[in-house]
Amino acid sequence: MDKAMEIKDLNLWYGEHQALENISVDLPKNEITALIGPSGCGKSTFLKTLNRMNDLVQGVRITGEVRYNGKNIYDPDVDVTDLRKKIGMVFQKANPFPMSIYDNIAYGPRIHGVHAKVKLDEIVERSLKDAAIWNEVKDRLRTSALGLSGGQQQRLCIARALAVEPDILLMDESTSALDPISTGKIEELCLELKKKYTVVMVTHNMQQAVRISDWCAFFLLGKLIEFNTSEKIFSIPQDKRTEDYITGRFG
Amino acid sequence: MSRRIWNNAVKAGLYICSAVTVALLVSLIGYIMYRGIPALSFHLLSTQSSYLNDTIGILPNILNTLYIIIVTMAIAIPIGVCAALYLTEYAENKKLVSAIEFAAETLTGIPSIIFGLVGMLVFTQLLGIKQGILAGALTLVMMIMPTIIRTTQESLKTVPMSYREGALAMGAGKWYMIRTVVLPNAVDGIVTGCILAVGRIIGESAALLFTAGFGLVLNNFVDSLTSSSATLTVALYVYASERGETNVAFAIAVVLIILTLVINMIAGLAAGRLRAKTK
Amino acid sequence: MRENMKQDAKKERMSELVPHLIFLFCGLAAVAFVLCISVYLIISGIPAIHKIGIIKFLFGMKWQSTAAEPSFGILPFVLTSIYGTAGAVLIGVPIGIMTAVYLAKVAPKRPAAVIRTAAQLLAGIPSVVYGLVGMIVLVPAIQKIFRLSSGATLLCAIIVLSIMILPSIINVSETALEAVPREYEEASMALGATEIETYMKVSLPAAKSGIAAAVVLGVGRAIGEAMAIIMVSGNVANMPGLLKSVRFMTTAIASEMSYAAVGSLQREALFSIGLVLFLFIMIINVILNVFIKGKGKKDVA
Repeated sequence: MDKAMEIKDLNLWYGEHQALENISVDLPKNEITALIGPSGCGKSTFLKTLNRMNDLVQGVRITGEVRYNGKNIYDPDVDVTDLRKKIGMVFQKANPFPMSIYDNIAYGPRIHGVHAKVKLDEIVERSLKDAAIWNEVKDRLRTSALGLSGGQQQRLCIARALAVEPDILLMDESTSALDPISTGKIEELCLELKKKYTVVMVTHNMQQAVRISDWCAFFLLGKLIEFNTSEKIFSIPQDKRTEDYITGRFG
Repeated sequence: MSRRIWNNAVKAGLYICSAVTVALLVSLIGYIMYRGIPALSFHLLSTQSSYLNDTIGILPNILNTLYIIIVTMAIAIPIGVCAALYLTEYAENKKLVSAIEFAAETLTGIPSIIFGLVGMLVFTQLLGIKQGILAGALTLVMMIMPTIIRTTQESLKTVPMSYREGALAMGAGKWYMIRTVVLPNAVDGIVTGCILAVGRIIGESAALLFTAGFGLVLNNFVDSLTSSSATLTVALYVYASERGETNVAFAIAVVLIILTLVINMIAGLAAGRLRAKTK
Repeated sequence: MRENMKQDAKKERMSELVPHLIFLFCGLAAVAFVLCISVYLIISGIPAIHKIGIIKFLFGMKWQSTAAEPSFGILPFVLTSIYGTAGAVLIGVPIGIMTAVYLAKVAPKRPAAVIRTAAQLLAGIPSVVYGLVGMIVLVPAIQKIFRLSSGATLLCAIIVLSIMILPSIINVSETALEAVPREYEEASMALGATEIETYMKVSLPAAKSGIAAAVVLGVGRAIGEAMAIIMVSGNVANMPGLLKSVRFMTTAIASEMSYAAVGSLQREALFSIGLVLFLFIMIINVILNVFIKGKGKKDVA
């Protein structure tokens, strides 16, 4: 498989507490990889190491390598702002800025130097189309993003992340706060997105992982227990702990 | 490239502005101490000015400041606390409550010179009270009333409803309940509010020019109520602008700053105690 | 037995009723004060305006209250107050907001505590003390730098005013900035923005209404200040100029009140200035509050 990111011997401590232990895995390109596991197992923490959002937490310590395009993203000479342009993130709860829909999408490109109105218009349209929300908002681009419904706001956040043209999209339980219809729309969206992007998603919802993911990584207590194609994980798991989790014995 | 420049420039701006704030304070207080402390003397603080001996003393002004604090608080605390009690515990008519709260809000925005003007009109002209501590105190009461009401209201609101319900359920009357359950628990906050009000009184000048007057003569408490009596702030103004005694003015400034610092510290301690209690 | 119980019930009601009435009275007293001020100001302020003529009063450019043929135009004072406040806001607000951003977002705990205390202490310094230092330090300095015959100028007053409004702006802005939800900032950083970019382009705009409130506070303080600027602005009834000696609405009242004869037109005119100042402040508060509420509404769509 083509690799989007290669993680080797990743360890993470929050102060004295070790949250991730010796994680090694290769994330496949243009596929949807689901990170599953019970609460507190480290899957969100792992996700945030991929775009260095953990840097924002006080007292975090990391050893090991996370390689993107052949380079360890934790090397001191890496430009974090550029990294996050290429590896985007959508959060659990939709967090559009208190600005117009247009300004929300244009925020990323503007930060990275795009100011020409024509180019921005183009980017806004393209991103909203890629996020399957263009038709719903095309006549109200200048109105506040806060006026959208929860599901629409989340798709807006996806569009916002896509506007800076990332390679990889990280989704941290992005549908857990949404109703089933909005969730369904976003799952459909992910299936489309993987044609152009690599998607890594944390999910609590195993049915979701079964429905849309190609690969699956099972985490438990900060360790990566098993990583395989979703088909194999959900039919013939190799590790007993994986089997216990997916059959509902805990978590 | 220009993105990095912008980022660095703004960052520098943040540091510079904060540094300016600190530098302003340090140089302000530093300069005042530098000019004022040499001019301080026991004689200055304990006598009144005398043309005969050609000496200056600010004892009358220290006393006037003390008197006016006492009189103002003696009037403002009861009325203010009672008004706050009415607003939080008794009032049912929502319109009346908003009217009173709007009035209090409005009062806080009015500049002190206007209070001074109105104070002069109402107390010295209309009611015929001679210029002095009493007229000045009444004017200050108008000024600090909203603050006392607001801080009292806030401390009353922090007393949990469950305390009140518990007392009422046992058959206590409303006033009895307030007296024995609510007030004792709100006292800390009320006291903090009062300390802050005292701080404001110490620093006030414009409202007192034409109500308490410019007098620099030593009086006993009762006389000062109706004789022109300059507080420390007004005295500073007089000595600096009209008498050209800048060193005396700086000495007064040192006294004022020390008083303000002490008040701030006491208020901070009271607020800290309050926070510890509610934890 | 029944009689006793009835007596007790009555007594109880008295001991509840009396406090109730006292408190009600006090609450009404608060409203009475405001009415009192408004009424008296209007009563005392109107006669002079009537005698002088409202247009001549508000827009007349000459104030010569003690001349043989006195004129009472207060435009110089009104404009000076406006320019002075505007100048103080132009200088004080940016510095205050930047300091607030630093305090709320960037500063480590210790320096933050120091700066916050510095701002608090600045707020507590009485205005006469500001006036004194301004008079002794700023006035001669401006005299030297600009080679004027007197350094007591509008510029001097603007500098003093901007320092005085700094603490209020810092305090209120800091609170507003701390209330900005962390999610907005995280979203911004996940898109590749730096911290500074996030604070300037997301946090500040999100704290808009709080910061606007800070500015209103600053404006209110600046326009009402009297003692700090009476010692540094020169007290000449000129049309305002940065390097000219000027008189504000507040200092106009303060400087002439002590020698204006009771019952004279001059004295009545001073009351009228007070009335104009009062109305000015009311109007500014209303306008700014409507403006703030209007802006706030837009973001909630």
